[in-house]
Amino acid sequence: MSVNLDAAPGAVRTSAPAPRGKARRGLSRAGALFVSPYVLFLVVVFAVPLVYTVWISFHRFYFTAPGTDIDSPWVGLSNYRDVFTDPVVGQAFLNILIFLVINVPLTVGLSLVLAAALNSKIRGRGFFRAAFYVPYVTASVALVAVWQFLFGSDGFVNHLLGSHAPDPSWLVNSHLAMPMIAVFVTWKQLGFFVMLYLASLQNVGKELYEASAMDGAGKVRQFFSVTVPGVRPATTLVVIYAIITGANLFSEPYLLTGGGGPDHASTSPVLLMYQKGIEQGHPDFAAALGVVLVAFVMVVSIAARKLTERGD
Amino acid sequence: MLRRTAYALLVLALAGTATACGRSAPDPAAAAEARGPITVWLSNNAQEVQWGRAMVAAWNKDHPGQHVTAQQIPAGKTSEEAISASIIAGTTACLAFNTSPAAVPTFQKQNGLVSLSDFPDGETYISERGGALTDQYRSTDGGFYQLPWKSNPVMILYNKKLFAKAGLDPEHPKLATYKDFLDTSRKLVRSGAAKAAIWPSPSSDFFQPWYDFYPAFAAQSGGRQLIENGRPQFDSAAGRQVAAFWRTLYAEKLAPQEQYPGDSLNDGKAAMATVGPWAVAAYKDNVDIGVAPVPTADGGSGKHSFSDEKSAAMFSSCENRATAWDVLKFATSAAQDGKFLEATGQMPMREDLTAKYPGYFAKNPMYKAFADQAERVVEVPNVPGSIDIWQAFRDEWTKSVVFGRESTDAGLRNASSEITHLLNEYGDPS
Repeated sequence: MSVNLDAAPGAVRTSAPAPRGKARRGLSRAGALFVSPYVLFLVVVFAVPLVYTVWISFHRFYFTAPGTDIDSPWVGLSNYRDVFTDPVVGQAFLNILIFLVINVPLTVGLSLVLAAALNSKIRGRGFFRAAFYVPYVTASVALVAVWQFLFGSDGFVNHLLGSHAPDPSWLVNSHLAMPMIAVFVTWKQLGFFVMLYLASLQNVGKELYEASAMDGAGKVRQFFSVTVPGVRPATTLVVIYAIITGANLFSEPYLLTGGGGPDHASTSPVLLMYQKGIEQGHPDFAAALGVVLVAFVMVVSIAARKLTERGD
Repeated sequence: MLRRTAYALLVLALAGTATACGRSAPDPAAAAEARGPITVWLSNNAQEVQWGRAMVAAWNKDHPGQHVTAQQIPAGKTSEEAISASIIAGTTACLAFNTSPAAVPTFQKQNGLVSLSDFPDGETYISERGGALTDQYRSTDGGFYQLPWKSNPVMILYNKKLFAKAGLDPEHPKLATYKDFLDTSRKLVRSGAAKAAIWPSPSSDFFQPWYDFYPAFAAQSGGRQLIENGRPQFDSAAGRQVAAFWRTLYAEKLAPQEQYPGDSLNDGKAAMATVGPWAVAAYKDNVDIGVAPVPTADGGSGKHSFSDEKSAAMFSSCENRATAWDVLKFATSAAQDGKFLEATGQMPMREDLTAKYPGYFAKNPMYKAFADQAERVVEVPNVPGSIDIWQAFRDEWTKSVVFGRESTDAGLRNASSEITHLLNEYGDPS
């Protein structure tokens, strides 16, 4: 690279950005090369299936053997009409709303309080950090067995409660089944969210705590006036992540309540997609339900983001 | 550059998708004549696998150019789901000896099955082997897309020790009428002998009615199918009696509303179960079991039950169908059926089993009750939308019978109405 100092000022000006442009193009090539496997992965695993799902949702469609020439006619909004008129779909979305109303505030509250506690100098801090994380990395199937041991009709909790135990029992009670799943998922995922908050807490300046202490603020006041505002970006992340994972609930109702029981009181939209699309052979209905679910998650997530970022 | 990379990636992705979609299938006419190696799928029942491997070894010994490989069916929640996924992927074996008749209309709709009636001796062989019960397995177009292979007529198996513990006579259990069955159940639970009198799964799975409602309905109705001549049959006096009987079991906590995470009869948690003869081998080392017919309101004789039949089917991905058809006939011959009965205790779909295999039933008297019951079995209706129909029934059953959130009469009426709607929809899908 060279710069012609004898050239006219304009020429210098036009030639000056060239090295930066070349460097930028070089970086772009390297960047594109590095990201291309992931972009390919995204296109193949997410983009193409998503577009295909939307296409299926507007056609009468079912999966067939290879080489089969089956007509898949355009049916417009027919599959969506079926989705919106199916009472089980309505029940499934109501179940998810109940789940989110319990799970999200509980997740945010508990994980923030625990993270704040685990961020202070307490004895056995390493043990507690690991202990809260263990359920998150343990397979759902194993944890379900623990939950059933505790909350089965013949379980440990009912033995303690005796005649005060709910009837029907926790997991087969239509009023309690979904709250039980929400609490179960909160417990299972808490370690992950505690970890997010712990990372965020490292960025809250110690001088803020010192200044507030000098102003006479106690621990509780410091928590609400320094910690909570200090981790607000993490709270937004936790809320949105909890909503997305909650809306994709499948294995917990499938394993804990025998596939959505009692009487669909714990059926989730994703579980219903599985039942309709795979068990009953209606991928078109399942695709329309999937699109509706994506829209639902987006609306709830945007609303939650507006709520958590209010006042920023 | 970025735009070119994006285009290249998109083309790659679309090419991959197109390749995946551009699957091919064997030419039916050529495949029907072709001979060569094939693969067969067996269930994962240990006794069936043992029989299957011996059967395949016997075939391979005499047919070196037409080697058969036996494998257990791929894992899945149910074998129907595994088969359905394989049909779509074009990876099914030539034959599967574990096809549920309820799934046959779906497999047919997927163009996954070969019509066995298209083989020159197909109709004759299937009809002669199965006898009078065979016609239940014809599809709506009149052809056979399954060979009715074995039945597991559902009966009441009970734990003799728990009956004795409850002060009941284990050799002469009172289980014939609904009143007797309920009285016996109350004694079993209230004496503390068992947590549950009987514990069928209360879950919402479409196939669960086959182990609570359907055997009882077959017995009470004198052998009616769920649907006959395009109309639901269960919103009737027989259906209402059956629903009321089961509702009483759940309402009085004689049958739990919670799913048992294992085998309740084997674990001594339930005193009875509705199962077929396959279970005898599974329980015999652990539970002292007795067998009784499914109850009816008045305990009348000549009662029917659900067949819990499994068929053998040939799949459209099979390239050597002539060999597959010969293997199918070999595996379901009188000699192999005898070996199958000996190894598994399950009933080959043949008439008059006790006369055909007298030696086996003399040695194994408990199985004779199942062989007698096998003469009076009812199959699931072979209609399009079969799984949807069972799901619609199950949804109303769990709501009304298991959880009592509406009357049992209303539950049956709603299920009948929904199923009529589904039958019309499948009859005219436009």
